[in-house]
Amino acid sequence: MNALNRLLSRPWLWSFAAALAVWIATVAVTAGASSGGLTDAALTFAAFSVFVGIGQMFVITLGPGNVDLSVPANMTLAGTVALKLMDTQDSMILPGILVTLLVGLCIGLANYALIKALRIPPIIATLSTSFIIQSAAIWTNRGLRIKPPPVLADFATSSTFFVPNMALLALLVSVLAWVLLNHTIFGRWIAAIGQSMPAARMAGVPVDGTRLATYVLCAILAAVNGFLLSCFSGGAALNMGNEYLLMSIAVVVIGGSAVAGGDSNVPGIWGASLLMFLIVSMLNTYQFEAGYRLIMTGLIIIAVILVASGRQARPR
Amino acid sequence: MRRSSDTMRLLVPVLSLAALLAGVFYLQPRAMSYTGLNLLFNLAVPIALATVAQMLIMAVNDLDLSMGTFVSFVACVTATFLNDTPLLGIAILAASIAVYAILGVVIYLRNLPAIVVTLGMSFVWGGLAVLILPSPGGEAPAWARAIMTVKPPFAPVAIFASVLIAVVAHMIVMRSSLGVLIRALGGNAKTVERSGTSILKIRALAYGLAGLFAVLAGVALVGLATSADANIALRYTLLSIAGVILGGGEFIGGRVSPIGAVIGALTLTLAGSFLSFLHISPDWQIGAQGAILIVVLALRLLLNRLESRGATR
Repeated sequence: MNALNRLLSRPWLWSFAAALAVWIATVAVTAGASSGGLTDAALTFAAFSVFVGIGQMFVITLGPGNVDLSVPANMTLAGTVALKLMDTQDSMILPGILVTLLVGLCIGLANYALIKALRIPPIIATLSTSFIIQSAAIWTNRGLRIKPPPVLADFATSSTFFVPNMALLALLVSVLAWVLLNHTIFGRWIAAIGQSMPAARMAGVPVDGTRLATYVLCAILAAVNGFLLSCFSGGAALNMGNEYLLMSIAVVVIGGSAVAGGDSNVPGIWGASLLMFLIVSMLNTYQFEAGYRLIMTGLIIIAVILVASGRQARPR
Repeated sequence: MRRSSDTMRLLVPVLSLAALLAGVFYLQPRAMSYTGLNLLFNLAVPIALATVAQMLIMAVNDLDLSMGTFVSFVACVTATFLNDTPLLGIAILAASIAVYAILGVVIYLRNLPAIVVTLGMSFVWGGLAVLILPSPGGEAPAWARAIMTVKPPFAPVAIFASVLIAVVAHMIVMRSSLGVLIRALGGNAKTVERSGTSILKIRALAYGLAGLFAVLAGVALVGLATSADANIALRYTLLSIAGVILGGGEFIGGRVSPIGAVIGALTLTLAGSFLSFLHISPDWQIGAQGAILIVVLALRLLLNRLESRGATR
């Protein structure tokens, strides 16, 4: 009984339950014909949301007002620059990955430099940099669509042991993020800052260093996601990051992390990412019009949040 | 002492607007005319209204991520129902304001994150807008068109409208007892509750007022654009947040400035024109807008430093 209660109080449970319900509802309509394909697609697309979601989760955990709006522009720039550098050659993959990480590193540094030096609220700071990054992406992209190197394209679209590679990669990152968050001093610092920055400072937490590292981490994950997404979809496009702005925030919150910061969880990100993808494919299967599809998506997000909030007995 | 800090809060938005305006006039002296000013500030009117709406939400420590889609939805309703069957149109808009008020209450009652609820609502408004107008079209009601294109003496309508919005918002937020309560709620909700005032009522009114201003933004936008589109105002979400911050508002604590918010909206609109007069390559237009945002905020930091130095002396 105690174990059941403990399970039920897990904040990530609801997103998984909702995702499973939607999966069943979708597969039921197609009489099971598409269950394999649907699961594959769900895992792959959820993986992309997981990358940005985890980055955003670290940032949101830092406390009220912390959010990274430069994620979509960052993805576009990293994807564009990396594919341009690799120029479809397999031998250039390593430099491509390095330049992706470099783009993320620079953007993260720039974001935190603005937040710290100008004391701008993070939302506005990352919004401003996202404008500049977006322009840089437009400038480098020039409307060209360069294909990814064949080896990378293969890797991004295939599976190992029936699990899509993208999902395996995202799982690896999730495990690392979970360890980082729950079993290292760095993770404890992030949570401490999110709960109270003055208290964390007095307790001797290196507040600035931790926040800097967090913003850099988020930017690098977003850059990697841009890189992988452009390999997966056969090239970088200027608008490819757009939907990931709201997605990255939505999966964090639906997954059960506290919006006010200081309390986060990694498994919920997976549940929420799967849910978000499955909702869209369910509504597609039911052949709803675009308008109704959007309305249903919105109502389901609100419903999940309403149900999930019932469990919060206001800790602390 | 308080008055001086409020004045300082307004100084940066005013200075940055003046500097941008001077820049535009220097680059393009012909803009210094009735028509020129009207063209420069025309589109600022709906943005200013949306910014005031966002400011009301921010005053109670929430954030509305559905502002852009809501204004688009209102624009679609205005260009169709409000034009063809005015009574039905008014009923729809009134209902949508009621939805805002309900959201304000539900978010508080269930202790929900406003960001996520409004995120969900942004899908709902967007979906409704697409259902009403699947492709761009519709027609602006004649009266909305007339109001937005009226030619008053001395200064273009955009200037009068901006001043009117600023004054009305100032009266509501800074001078009325409701405004004081709204800001107090953002400052310290517990205190307000203990003083015996219903938090639910204040939140419903704050959200309802925000809905009203957002509706006005949609109507004004259609009056200018003459027709509507489901994506017409998507930029307004971020523009309105940036406008409030540029105008000296803050995310938490109920510290907002209605006059500043309107000036912030004007500054953002003007930044676009300034850049096109500078002949910056279209690639870098958006980036330069980001740079202007950063410069203005740096200026604000500088002035705040000067202020605090003056205070210690």
